[in-house]
Amino acid sequence: MTRLALEDIRKSFASAEGAVPVLQGVSLAVDGGEVVALTGESGSGKSTLLHIAAGLEAPDAGRVLVAGQDMASLPDAGRARLRRGTVGLVFQQFNLVPSLSVGANLAFQARLAGVHDPAFCADLAARLGLTEYLRRYPEQLSGGQQQRVAIGRALAAKPKVLLADEPTGNLDEATGDAVFVLMLELARAQGTALLLVTHSARLAGQCDRNLHLRAGRLA
Amino acid sequence: MTLAALLSHWMRNKVQLAMLLAGLMLATALWSGVQALNAQARGAYATAAALMSEDGAASLVAPSGQMDQAVFAQLRGQGVLVSPVVEGRLRLGDTRLTLLGIEPLTAPQGTAAALADGDLQAFFAGAGFAHPETLADLGDPPLPLSPSSAVPVGTLLVDIGTAQRLLGMEGQISRLLLTGPAPRPLPEGLQLAQASEGAELAGLTDSFHLNLTAFGALAFAVGLFIVHSAVGLAFEQRRGLFRTLRSLGVPLRALTLALALELALMALVAGLAGLALGYVLAAALLPDVAATLRGLYGAPVPGSLQFSPAWALAGLGMAFAGAALAGAQALWRLWHMPVLAPAQPRAWAMATGRAMRWQVAGALGLGGLAVALALLGDGLFAGFALLAAALLAAALLTPPLLALGLRGASRLAQAPVVQWFWADSRQNLPRLSLALMALMLALAANIGVGTMVASFRATFIDWLDQRLVAEMTITPRDAAEAQTLEAFIAPRVQAVLPLRRVDATLVGQPGAVYAMRDHATFRDNWPLIAQVPNVWDRLATEEGALINEQLARRAGLWPGDSIALPGAGDVPILGVYPDYGNPLTQAIVTESWFDRLFPGTPTRQLAIRTDNPAGTRAALLDEFGLSAQAITDQAQAKQLSLAIFERTFLITGALNVLTLSVAALALFATLVTLSGLRLVQLAPLWAMGLTLRQLAGLELARALMLAGLTMVLALPVGLMLAQVLLAVINVQAFGWRLPLQVFPADWAQLALWAGLAMLAAAAWPAWRLWRGGGGPLLRVFAYER
Amino acid sequence: MNVKALLLALCLASPALAQGFAGLGTDASGFAVPEQDRTLEFPRDHGAHPQYRIEWWYLTMTLQGADGRDYGAQWTLFRSALAPEEREGWASPQVWMGHAGLTTPDTHFAAERFGRGGVGQAGAQAAPFRAYIDDWHMTSTAPSGADALSALSVAATGPDFAYSFDLTAQGPLVLHGDKGYSVKSAAGQASYYYSQPFYTVTGTLDLPTGPVEVTGQGWLDREWSSQPLASDQEGWDWVSITLDDGHRLMGFQLRGADIFTAGTWITPDGSATSLPDGALQFTPLGTATVAGREVPVRWQIDWPARDMRLVTEPVNPQAWMDLTVSYWEGPIRVNGTHTGRGYLEMTGY
Repeated sequence: MTRLALEDIRKSFASAEGAVPVLQGVSLAVDGGEVVALTGESGSGKSTLLHIAAGLEAPDAGRVLVAGQDMASLPDAGRARLRRGTVGLVFQQFNLVPSLSVGANLAFQARLAGVHDPAFCADLAARLGLTEYLRRYPEQLSGGQQQRVAIGRALAAKPKVLLADEPTGNLDEATGDAVFVLMLELARAQGTALLLVTHSARLAGQCDRNLHLRAGRLA
Repeated sequence: MTLAALLSHWMRNKVQLAMLLAGLMLATALWSGVQALNAQARGAYATAAALMSEDGAASLVAPSGQMDQAVFAQLRGQGVLVSPVVEGRLRLGDTRLTLLGIEPLTAPQGTAAALADGDLQAFFAGAGFAHPETLADLGDPPLPLSPSSAVPVGTLLVDIGTAQRLLGMEGQISRLLLTGPAPRPLPEGLQLAQASEGAELAGLTDSFHLNLTAFGALAFAVGLFIVHSAVGLAFEQRRGLFRTLRSLGVPLRALTLALALELALMALVAGLAGLALGYVLAAALLPDVAATLRGLYGAPVPGSLQFSPAWALAGLGMAFAGAALAGAQALWRLWHMPVLAPAQPRAWAMATGRAMRWQVAGALGLGGLAVALALLGDGLFAGFALLAAALLAAALLTPPLLALGLRGASRLAQAPVVQWFWADSRQNLPRLSLALMALMLALAANIGVGTMVASFRATFIDWLDQRLVAEMTITPRDAAEAQTLEAFIAPRVQAVLPLRRVDATLVGQPGAVYAMRDHATFRDNWPLIAQVPNVWDRLATEEGALINEQLARRAGLWPGDSIALPGAGDVPILGVYPDYGNPLTQAIVTESWFDRLFPGTPTRQLAIRTDNPAGTRAALLDEFGLSAQAITDQAQAKQLSLAIFERTFLITGALNVLTLSVAALALFATLVTLSGLRLVQLAPLWAMGLTLRQLAGLELARALMLAGLTMVLALPVGLMLAQVLLAVINVQAFGWRLPLQVFPADWAQLALWAGLAMLAAAAWPAWRLWRGGGGPLLRVFAYER
Repeated sequence: MNVKALLLALCLASPALAQGFAGLGTDASGFAVPEQDRTLEFPRDHGAHPQYRIEWWYLTMTLQGADGRDYGAQWTLFRSALAPEEREGWASPQVWMGHAGLTTPDTHFAAERFGRGGVGQAGAQAAPFRAYIDDWHMTSTAPSGADALSALSVAATGPDFAYSFDLTAQGPLVLHGDKGYSVKSAAGQASYYYSQPFYTVTGTLDLPTGPVEVTGQGWLDREWSSQPLASDQEGWDWVSITLDDGHRLMGFQLRGADIFTAGTWITPDGSATSLPDGALQFTPLGTATVAGREVPVRWQIDWPARDMRLVTEPVNPQAWMDLTVSYWEGPIRVNGTHTGRGYLEMTGY
C-alpha cells in the first residue's frame, strides 16, 4: 500500500542568473514497511525533494500524496497537521528541542499529534537505549544518543511516513550503523514508509530499494 | 586592516550597529540633557543671587519689612555706606512679577558707571530692564523696558523712584544694602540680615537637581544595558573572526587595541549625536523645569537654553565612559581568549545556574545595604543611595525570580506546546535578562514616581481645599489702604482676616512669623498633622505657636517642644501644620501677640469670608474703587496652586516616559539580535507541525508574558520606591512627608503601556518569522551550523 | 553679573559719564549758558546752579607736617545735571560726585562718592553754606556778616584714609576772566569762575600709619557752566600757585587743535589781572609713567611779558586719581624765577 507518492515534482530556485531548476519531474512511491534510499551528488536536489515530501516546501508543480492526501493542495495549517501526525522527520543534525528533557522530546510530537501512548513511548525509549537518559537534556547527550532521541521522537507518533535526511551524517561509522539499523528495524516493525536520503552506498545497500537522483531527475 | 575586518561585521549587522549607537546616544542624551537643565538652573540662581543680594552683601532691614526713606540719607550722612532697595510684587495683566527698585549711584561697587547721560536719565524717568522672556510674557508693559539677560526671569529692574511709585511705597524702602562695613552699634530699629537669597535658593533646589540627576543616571544606566548587550553579542558573533585573525598572526595587543578603537569610534559618533539630542531634549524640557522651579521655589530660571562647551565635553566624556564600561567585559574576554577557542555558539550572557547564584548573592548583599541605609542612613544622599541599592538589588533578582516562576509554570503545564513555551522562555531568559532588568527598573521607577506624585496630588488637593477657605483675598497697596479697606469691608462680609507677617530666622533657617486671628475659619479648617489638646484655645490665649511641617521636620521639633521666636524667646509648640509648596520655615502666633511682638507690621493681604462673593467684589471695585488686580478669588488661587503643582511633576513624568522608551528599545535590540538564534530553536517545532503563525504568535505571547511577569515583579519594587520617595526623599528634599496611597488604575495603565512596549519590541522579529516563510528555517536543516 | 556690571553694560555704552564730569559735554540743550554781563552775587552763587549742566566746589591744599614733610589734599564736589532743573525726591535729575585726594611724597590716596539730589544725600546750599555728599562736607564756619567762604570746615573719608581741616581766608574772593565770566576757547565757550585762593589751613590727616597734624595753604575754585569746552578740546593742564612772596597765579592751557591759555595774576591784597590767550606758555619738561600712561608731571610755565619762568616739580608724580573719572591731581613745588607751592591738575591723558 503506497504511503508516500510524489508525482512529477518540479522545483526551481530563483538566483541572480534566473531560475535554476532543481527538480525536473520526479515521481516515486514508497509503500508501508518499505525502506527506500535516495542517493545523489551534492546539489542533486535530494534534500529539496525530502523537504517537499515533508510539506516544508511547496513544489512548483506536481503532487505530493501522503497517506492518500495531496499535501500540495493543503493550506499551511493543513500541511502542518499532516507533519504533526502523519509524517516523521529525522535530520542530520538531530534538531531536538533544547529546552525540553529527553523524555519530553521523545513524547513531544506524539503529544502534539494527540496520539501519545506512554507505554509505547517507554518501550520505544527502552529499545533505543534511552531509558536512563529521559531526565537529561539534549545537550548532555552524545551525538548518537541525540539522533536516537530524534528517531524515537519521529516514531513515537506512529507516522505513516518517515523521512530521514542523512540521519547518520554527523555520527561516526560504528554509531551511525547502529542507529541506522535500529531505525530500519523500528520503521519496518511499524509498517512505516521510510524515505532515506544518504550519501552512503553501504547504507543504501541495506535498503529495500535504491533511487538515484541526478540533475533533478531520477536515474 | 584589522580594524577594517572588525568593522565589516557591522556592515552585515546594521540593526545591531544601530542598536549600539542608539543605546549609547540615548544614554548620552538623557544624561547630558539633564545636566544641561541643571547647569541652566544653577546659572540662573547665580544671576539671581548677584542681582538680589549683590554678591552676598548684607542688608539692614526693619522688622516690619519697610523703613522710612529718610533713614537712608541719615545713615549716609553718618558715613554708613548703604544703598536703598525697594522690592515688591507687582501684577501686570496676568503676570505676577518681582519689582526690584535700586538706586544705581549708591548700589554696590560704585555703580556710578550708570551715570551716563541718556540712558541713566531714562532709567531715572521710569525705564527698566527685564529678562527677554519676561518681556515676551508681558507683551505690552506699562513702562519702557529693555531686555537684559542679567535680570532674573520674572523680575523687573527699575529705579527706586519708579518702584516706589508702582508699588505705592512713596517715601518707604524695603531694605538697605550694606556696601561698606556694618555700623556698630546697629541703628535703632534695624537688623542686620546676612541674606544671600541666591545661596538659599541653591540649597533649597539642590534636592530637585539631585532628583533630576538621579533620573539622568537611571536613564544612562538603562542605556548602557543596550550598549552592553549589543557589544557583548557582537563579540560572541565575531569569536570566529577573532580566532581567524589571531591564527593569521594578528597580535592580541593589536586586536584588543583595534576593538577598543572601534568602540571609541562608536562612542564618538554616538556621543556627538547624543549631545545634539540631549540639547534638544533639554531645550524641550526646560520651560517645564523652569516653571517648576519658579512655582516651587520662586527660583527665577529662564526657559531658553544656553549652550556651554564644558557641558558638551562632559557629555562626550560620559559617552566614552559608558562605552568603556559596556565594552570592558568584551575586551577582557578577548584578552583572555585562547587562540584556538572552539567556535561554539555559546550564549554570550550568563547562562548557567552559577551566574544566577552570583546574581542572587549580589542582590542579597545590596538588599542588606539598602536595609542598613534605611535604618541608619540620614540625609538626602543616603536616601538616594538607599534607592540605588534597592533598585539594583531588585534588578539583579529579576532574572532568578523570573526563572523560578517559569520553572514552576512549565512543571504545571500539560499540553506539549505550553510546556515547551515555558521551558523555552526559561532557557532564553539569560539572553533577555539584561533587557528585562532594564524594563523592571523602568517600570518600578514609573510605579514609584507615579505613586508618589498621585499620593502627593491627593493629599495636596485635600490640603488646598482646607487651606483656601476664604472666598477671596485682597492685596492692599500699602498699610494705609489695608486699614481703610478693612474698615470698609468688615461690615459687608462675615469676616475679614488680615494677613501679617515678618521675615524671621527660625532655628537658623530663613522663614517668617505670621499672625493668625482667632476665627472659626481656622479652627474648623486649618489642617494640622500634630497638635496638643485644645490647640486653638491655647493659641488664642498666647500660650504658644504653630509651626509648619518643614520646620518641624528639619529641626525635629514637635508639640511639647518649644521654639525660639524673635522677640518672644522660647515658645511652646502647640501644633504642626502641613505647608506644601513652601520651601521656607514658618511659625504662627495669634494676632494680638503678634502685634505686640512686631508692632507696626503692615497688613499684606486680607482674607475675606463672605456668602456673597460677587456682591463683595462689586462693592470693592465700584464703591471702594479697588483695582481688580488686587482681588484674588478662591478659584483663582486654587487654580494657581494646582497649576504649579502639575508643572512640578511634569518633568518627572516626561523622564519616566523616556526611561520606559529606552527600556523598550533595549528589549527590541535584544529581541532583534536574538532572532537569528531563535530560528535554530524554532525550526524543529516547525518541522514537527507547528505553523509559522503559531510560532510567531507564541513569540509575541512570550514577550507579553515576560512583560507581565516583570510588571508583577516591578510592582512591589515600585511601591518600595514610592515609600522611600515619600518618607525619605521628600522629607529631606522638601520637608514634608505624605501618606502612601495606591492607585491600581494607574498600574493597570502602566501594565498596558509595558505590554504595548513589549509588543512593539517583539513585533518586528515575530513578523519577520511569520512573513519570512520557511526559507530561513529550512536553512537551519540544510546547513551545518 | 551684578548691578554694577549690568548698568555698566547697559548705560555706559559711551564714555559719556567721564565726559560729563570732566566738563567735556558737548550739548547745552535746555541748559542755561553763561552770559558775560551777569554779575555774580554772594552768598547766592556759593550754592548750586541746577539749571547749568556742570558745577564744582574744588578745594586743593598744599600742606606740611611738623617735620616739614610735604602733603597735598583735595576735596571736590561735582554736580552734573541730567536736566536743567531740580525736583524733589528720586525724581531729581541732579547727580553728585565727590572726590577726595590725599598725597604724601610716597603714596596717593583717592576716594569717590556718588549720590542723587532730592533725597538729602548730597547737595550744596548757599546759606548757611554747606556742600556735602554723605559724610563728606564743606561747611561754612564764617561769622555772620563775613563772606560764607571766609571760614570753612572740611572733611572726607576714604577706605584707607580720612582728613579734616579748618580753613580761614586771609583775603577776598577773586573773580576770574571778566568779573567771573571766564572764556574757555577761542570760539567763546565760557564758564562762571571764581576762587578763594587765600586760605590758611590747619588739620589732621588720618593715614594708615597714624594721624598727622598739618598746616598749609588752600585754594577753592568755584566754577559752573553748561558747555565749557569746544568740541575739539580734549583736556587741560591747570595750576594754582601760591608764591612765597604772597602773589598767586592761576593758569591753564586747554589742549585741542589749538592751544588756548588763560590765567589770573593775583596780588597779595586780592586784586586780579586776567591773562589773555597766549600770555602764558606751558612746556612739559618730563613725563612719568602713571597708571599705565605717560603723563607730563614736570612743567615749565613762562610768562614772557613779566620775564617769569616757573619750573614745577610734583611732590609725588604718581598722584593719579584712579576713580570712575580719572585724572592727575597733586601738590607741586615751584622753582625758577620765583619759588612757591601749588597744585597741578591734568586731564585728558
